[in-house]
Amino acid sequence: MHELSLMTSVLETVRQGALDNDIKQVKKVKLVIGKLSQALPDSLQFAFGVLSQDEMFRGAVLEIEEKDIICLCPDCQNQFAVQDDYSFICPNCQGLKVEIISGRELYIDYFEGDLTDGTD
Amino acid sequence: MVQIKLESQILGANDLIARRNSAHFQENQILAINLMSSPGSGKTTLLERTIDALADSLKMAVIEGDLYTDQDAQRIEKKGVKVVQINTDGTCHLDAGMVERAFKEIAYDGLQLLFVENVGNLVCPAEFNLGEDLRVVLATTTEGNDKITKYPLIFREAQAVVLNKIDLLPYTDFSLEQFQEDVQRINPQARIFMISGRTGQGIDEWTQWLLEEVRYKISTG
Repeated sequence: MHELSLMTSVLETVRQGALDNDIKQVKKVKLVIGKLSQALPDSLQFAFGVLSQDEMFRGAVLEIEEKDIICLCPDCQNQFAVQDDYSFICPNCQGLKVEIISGRELYIDYFEGDLTDGTD
Repeated sequence: MVQIKLESQILGANDLIARRNSAHFQENQILAINLMSSPGSGKTTLLERTIDALADSLKMAVIEGDLYTDQDAQRIEKKGVKVVQINTDGTCHLDAGMVERAFKEIAYDGLQLLFVENVGNLVCPAEFNLGEDLRVVLATTTEGNDKITKYPLIFREAQAVVLNKIDLLPYTDFSLEQFQEDVQRINPQARIFMISGRTGQGIDEWTQWLLEEVRYKISTG
């Protein structure tokens, strides 16, 4: 539900980045989204389509890389992927204080664009 | 074609304000609690009970988040506690900026415990850091057992999970055993409270914990 507000913020950041770098036409925006995050890739794509109607974003594509949920157990140094049952208990030593090292990502990795209107 | 590396947090602007809120709460030794649940879980009723129980011990204030209306704020006001209503006008969560502005309106010397009642929603509020010290999620026996595994992030990030409507347990298919198992798997360190906002069952244990957390905050401030 909050994907529209997330995408508004993404496009503002990219727009500013494009202006700073003399990019006239954005071709691609790449996001990294962890699977524990509550932003759904489909909804983000939808929001991107709705919000990227102006000149700078015409024809641009949104690529989303999803990251698995990976935890580290500080007790036994075991690294493990959290499965669909969302168990955050270390499968090796049953430690309860595991740290999430991946899966909470929600960032703009990069964007690509042309310096002039459509001509490289 | 050129590629510009940004590595920019989408919620970066929110997180910046959240850090400011957090620093402000720290400076003034205020324990701030972000109270979250689905609509109709009894957040406001829990606050009413909590205010009744702690009115003589703590100085409290409430920030009420709702899409529309100030019905909840009116209920809290009747309890004699300072309250500010935020209307998000359709937005499904509170963000740190809304809380910062509401907190300025509270302007309350000696405040010790601030509740932020988030918009009723188990999805979006989980993503937005408000600068709070503790996150508390309310679940209910009437919602069914599946909510915890369906919305793992909000339960994972909570310091306490409060199961409300425990008085209605005999009339539901809710399994307490399953509930405890699910919470302990997703968030083994979370405190679990079982309460009834209607009868007051379990409120003592909950308010005792709040008192301890406020004292802890003051001792570390």
